[in-house]
Amino acid sequence: MNAFEEATTGEQISGPPSQTDFLLDISFRGLAKVCAGFIILVVVLLLWEIGYKAIPAIREYHLGFLTGTTWDVNKQTFGILPEIWGTLYSSILALCIGGFFGITMAIFLTQDFLPARFALVFRTIVELLAAIPSVVYGFWGIYVVIPFVRPIADWLNAELGGIPFFSTTLSGPGMLPAALVLAIMILPTIAAVSQDALRQVPYRIKEAAFGLGATRWETILKVMLPTASTGIFGALVLGFGRALGETMALAMLVGNSNQLSLSLFSPGNTLAALLALNFPEAGEREIPVLMYAALVLLLITLAVNMLGTTIMTLTSTSMRSGK
Amino acid sequence: MKKFGFMVFMLDVTLNLFFTGPVSAEEKLRLTGSGASFPFPLYSAWFKNFSRDHKNANIDYQAKGSGAGVLDFINRTVDFAASDAAMKPEEIAKVQGGVVLLPMTAGKIVLAYNIPGNPKELKLPRDVYPDIFLGKITKWNDPRIQAANPGVKLPDLPITVVRRADSSGTTYVFTNHLSAISPEWKAGPGSGTTVNWPSSDKIVAAPKNDGVTATVKQTPGAIGYIEYAYALGAKVEMAHLQNKEGKFVRPSSESGEAALATAQLPENLIAWVLDPAGEKSYPITTFTWMLFYHHNASPEKAKILREVVEYGITEGQKMSAKMGYIPLPANVVSAVRANVDKIK
Repeated sequence: MNAFEEATTGEQISGPPSQTDFLLDISFRGLAKVCAGFIILVVVLLLWEIGYKAIPAIREYHLGFLTGTTWDVNKQTFGILPEIWGTLYSSILALCIGGFFGITMAIFLTQDFLPARFALVFRTIVELLAAIPSVVYGFWGIYVVIPFVRPIADWLNAELGGIPFFSTTLSGPGMLPAALVLAIMILPTIAAVSQDALRQVPYRIKEAAFGLGATRWETILKVMLPTASTGIFGALVLGFGRALGETMALAMLVGNSNQLSLSLFSPGNTLAALLALNFPEAGEREIPVLMYAALVLLLITLAVNMLGTTIMTLTSTSMRSGK
Repeated sequence: MKKFGFMVFMLDVTLNLFFTGPVSAEEKLRLTGSGASFPFPLYSAWFKNFSRDHKNANIDYQAKGSGAGVLDFINRTVDFAASDAAMKPEEIAKVQGGVVLLPMTAGKIVLAYNIPGNPKELKLPRDVYPDIFLGKITKWNDPRIQAANPGVKLPDLPITVVRRADSSGTTYVFTNHLSAISPEWKAGPGSGTTVNWPSSDKIVAAPKNDGVTATVKQTPGAIGYIEYAYALGAKVEMAHLQNKEGKFVRPSSESGEAALATAQLPENLIAWVLDPAGEKSYPITTFTWMLFYHHNASPEKAKILREVVEYGITEGQKMSAKMGYIPLPANVVSAVRANVDKIK
């Protein structure tokens, strides 16, 4: 074909790369490297900037900042243990709820339970959830979720008040409504990434499982899910990361009260909400303290992501080595 | 195709910016201000009317909060600011050339409540409501509340206190009032734009006036402090509070005016009405201030600002009562007018 074209047009199509090709190649590679380097630079700059501004607070409060439980601007006493606890607790609760529903949804949408067209509609609806602004979730939480969970919470507290999880009454804002809304907010991320992971499992594997006489559920639970587990785990890590950093909806729903409680109905506080609510009017002496809190939040998210990536690489190599 | 259309649009926007920008700047003087969110509805109505009547000026006001407004003012990123907490002496010292603080309007802080069965006109004595916010009175059918409200059926329900989560002028005024009437509050949480509230799972916090209002409305057994204007808009029940003379007073325009009439304005026009005397006075009222520079960037800007103040204390006062604010008493208006020439 090429030889024919060359013969008819007299132009040379195939041949060694020209000077321009080389130049293009080199400059593109250079550009890619610069961009990659830039990303790392941004992260380092961010850490440096926040860390630098936090130094006065770190010097003054040391590690006691991480274990203190009061935040009093007037008396200059600061501690963020309730905030750290609230951030992790609400995110873990949200991950349990959102993770379960997200993965179930991914299975439902990829394992031929629905005709392809309906599955597409369904998927789009779930992904639309990601487009709703955080404040709207917050108001929805106040006006819909809290009134909805109140009777359930009151019943659980009355019947099973002895269990630490149900030990207080729900006053309105609290951990449970916050975690429920957070779960819905991270659902699209988890569902979308898990779907991709499940879809990447070669069809032959599924056919082979059926061929060996496995039922549909056996195939899904014992073949599909373990094969896609690395990707699904990645989805959970992403969702958890998003939950840790979520701000406005939580500021509106969590109650912003410095409580350390296992109870699902007790109000709490999170690092992101603390930062968002105190930054706009922070005085000179409060800013380093808030920067310190921001640094702690940043380190928590970094640690979670790094841990997630490590577990992911470990499990994927062990799978590949044929265990 | 899509990309091409988008580029044309962007080009259009850029061209517009280039060609229309300088022209409008020549015609209009832009003034920016920032600060308190509580008088924002009133101020924005003023500035809208003012800009309509004065074609040469355009005033932009951002309701960032009192503290943020004062910071902007000190950093000279605005032409004027507004604050519910006025300015502290050390803050005033940071502004070179001096500051002109003018009380422009006033408001009330009300205790909004949500009790199932909707009892109207709940009365709260002055030794009771500080204890509610201290977390010492925890049930609505507490004998001390019941004693002040004979005939009202109060439920056996925990009291949920809703407070501001962000730093705010509203909290500043409310905690100052509580400190003035309750020694225990003064020794405990004290006063400030944010304070360390008692630790209790029945004290929750919500951001901004709207957040507190929404949370009170959605929580049976809740009580919270909000600006009267917001409470009026949201149609929540407001408690009648006992004033210095022992009378229970309904939050209203009249009771607010009565309280302001007791105010004595000092030289710098910063007066607090923390616990007003007078039988008809509503106990929690406050002025709110606009902050101006003594020396402005240009005489034209100073002239517009003086006109804004004049508009605010004449026409502006007429609309304040309707919007839930308190019209300034005559002595305050004349004091403001006497000081307006300091804006140069």
